[in-house]
Amino acid sequence: MAIEVRIPTILRNYTGGAKAVDVEGATLEELISNLESRHPGIKDRLVDDGSLRRFVNVYLNDEDVRFLGGLGTKLSDGDTVTVLPAVAGG
Amino acid sequence: MLSISQELADKIVAHARADHPDEACGVIAGRDDVPERFIPMENAERSPTFYRFDSMEQFRVWREMDDRDETPVVIYHSHTATEAYPSRTDVSYASEPDAHYVLVSTRDEDEVEFRSYRILDGVITEEEVRFLP
Repeated sequence: MAIEVRIPTILRNYTGGAKAVDVEGATLEELISNLESRHPGIKDRLVDDGSLRRFVNVYLNDEDVRFLGGLGTKLSDGDTVTVLPAVAGG
Repeated sequence: MLSISQELADKIVAHARADHPDEACGVIAGRDDVPERFIPMENAERSPTFYRFDSMEQFRVWREMDDRDETPVVIYHSHTATEAYPSRTDVSYASEPDAHYVLVSTRDEDEVEFRSYRILDGVITEEEVRFLP
């Protein structure tokens, strides 16, 4: 089950500069855990206390996973997961 | 240093004025550090003290930039009651290391404050702004 994960500029130091990596996973949670084993440190930038960080947007294909099932969102072969830090401030 | 056309700078200020007293926000996309394409964004927070791009709008805009080989050269927002200097939350959520963070203050009706910064690893560096005709 290969899923393409698109990595934002600010997290590419974890992926050796790669803009996208292929990772396996039946759910988003599993995918992030597999991502972490290949690119240590990246999970902490995405997940905090068992849920997605508030200011990180994760999309499955064209949808925000917050409106799907969060970390429990099911993935299928050929899906694309995109990570984008929220643009926000005060 | 940020070099930006006067026309684009005026568009940022006009957007900030129009959304006052809420904060306005947006992007200027471009290539090779040259800001070219003005993209006003919705402030999903509709707040005088906070801004956040709508997540779906951000997704569409970021994908479009990717398709066109553009980057977010400028990320702008307004402060509506304070000076045009990055707040603590601006610094903690700054996530585009290559962007010029432009701040505009609309606290004064007649005067415009237009300033630009790099925000990297929690460090704010103000830079000169050159307005091109």
